[in-house]
Amino acid sequence: MNQTLGILARFANPAELIEAAKKVRDAGYEKFDCHSPFPIHGMDDAMGLKRSPLGYIVGGLTVTGATFGMAFQYWIAAVEYPLVIAGKPFFSWQAFFIVTFALFVLFGAFGALFGMLGLNRLPRLHHPLFYSDQFARVTDDAFFVSIERDDAKFDESKTQEFLASIGGADIELVVGE
Amino acid sequence: MKFDNKTYMLLETDSFARKALIAGTAGVLLSVIGAFMDHSTFYQAYLTAFTFFTTISLGGLFFVLVHHVTGAHWGIVMRRVAENLACTLPLMGFFMIPLFFGMHDLFHWSHADVVAQDPILQGKAGYLNVTFFVIRNVVYFVIWGWLVHSLRKLSIAQDNGDTEALGKMRRIAAGGTPLYAITVTMFAFDWLMSLDPHWYSTIFGVYVFSGGFLGGLALLSILSIVLRNNGAGDIVTAEHTHDLGKFLFAFTAWWGYIGGAQYFLIWYGNIPEETIYFLRRWEYGWQEVSLFLIALHFIIPFIVLAFRAAKRVPVIIVSISALFLFMHYVDHFWMINPTFNDHHFQVSWMHLTTLLGIGGIYLGFLFKKMGGASIIAMNDPKLQKSIDHTVA
Repeated sequence: MNQTLGILARFANPAELIEAAKKVRDAGYEKFDCHSPFPIHGMDDAMGLKRSPLGYIVGGLTVTGATFGMAFQYWIAAVEYPLVIAGKPFFSWQAFFIVTFALFVLFGAFGALFGMLGLNRLPRLHHPLFYSDQFARVTDDAFFVSIERDDAKFDESKTQEFLASIGGADIELVVGE
Repeated sequence: MKFDNKTYMLLETDSFARKALIAGTAGVLLSVIGAFMDHSTFYQAYLTAFTFFTTISLGGLFFVLVHHVTGAHWGIVMRRVAENLACTLPLMGFFMIPLFFGMHDLFHWSHADVVAQDPILQGKAGYLNVTFFVIRNVVYFVIWGWLVHSLRKLSIAQDNGDTEALGKMRRIAAGGTPLYAITVTMFAFDWLMSLDPHWYSTIFGVYVFSGGFLGGLALLSILSIVLRNNGAGDIVTAEHTHDLGKFLFAFTAWWGYIGGAQYFLIWYGNIPEETIYFLRRWEYGWQEVSLFLIALHFIIPFIVLAFRAAKRVPVIIVSISALFLFMHYVDHFWMINPTFNDHHFQVSWMHLTTLLGIGGIYLGFLFKKMGGASIIAMNDPKLQKSIDHTVA
């Protein structure tokens, strides 16, 4: 059954998109997004986005990776299968440091990549906005604001009027399954 | 101090410069008294202060070179400050002269009778002899002086509307960077590594450079806050301090990485002629200095600087930078002093007076230089981009 999934409005240029984002934010909408062919400086502030927790995910994972690396080597070399190598102590942290460092970096890199994908809910094969034909221009020369149906303030007619009042053009109800 | 928005000059730097010069002169006089009392301790302390400040200036020079070579725009607002920092290199060349008279106190390879009984030193005599040592060290400072002088002259010419200057500076920087790498490495080998002429480490030059660049960045970060607090806040902003903070973060990690690489390879190889360096620094009270160095030059600043706020809040970045400068001195103290006092940890009052002496004159000279021309490279084509720079 077809239903309204959200509303899409087009803006003329990056400066107008930033202004629009500020107004949408100030009007109290929360589930909205801005779409542009390229990154725009200052957009995070304009949309009122909070800082990404990605840094803390990466930080936590690097510490985990390093701890795991050192502890695992300690367990192997000093507890489970002690061997004297080159006359060095069983627990030679200097020798284990390289692997520890490598795991520190590896866990951090994985945390950054998969954390980014997870926070962006990627990969996904479809998005409601793809029902809109004009939305294809977002990879070329158009700047859009979209407001989702799930937003608490969402109201089909009022939201359309609001987007028109802040300068949006080609306002479209995104309809799909 | 006060920043003038029209001429981009930093006004009234003289009173600070004068105070620094007075303090410096007092330090020099006290150090001279010390030199008559105990000349070998004096030369050890003086060498520590000398390499400490020289490597900081070299850090400033590297900042200028790397900006020209990469064409980065964010740091253009700080370029002139870094140039001023590099401009202290000729002064450091002047401060090098007394050390030539203390070579017999510092370098035991400079004694002909010692070399005559030491086959290893005989093998190194082609490089480690007094004449060549003096000649090449003068050459380093001539090269650095030429780089600093020509970059500075072109930069001022750019202020006065010379549009050709940018390209010329880029060419000088491109040729100057490899020269810089070779001379800094050899400088480190000569003044710091040859204190123990039997010992060698090929990464040593990089280690000294990494510490010096970190020290230079720390001073630049403090100066960026000084500019912001004195009326240049519209040009030098939190964004620039933030990026300097990122550099501090990266280069404290790098210092740790290089220091670690040096240590781990020597530990693995376990060859006595190499391990002696760390053995000396792990006994008789030097162990605490080593641990202190690792903790406060690397681990704690690394953790603190990982947080965004630490790079943006002025009081934190200034504290961390001051800590880095202090630890940079400890680093040089740690490289120099255990060679002479391998059976007891020792700090002399002359460490303080030589630091005050060279440091006071250094800062006085630096602030005179900072007041001597516009403090912002005002006609650089990338200046507006640099002012508008935001950290994503």
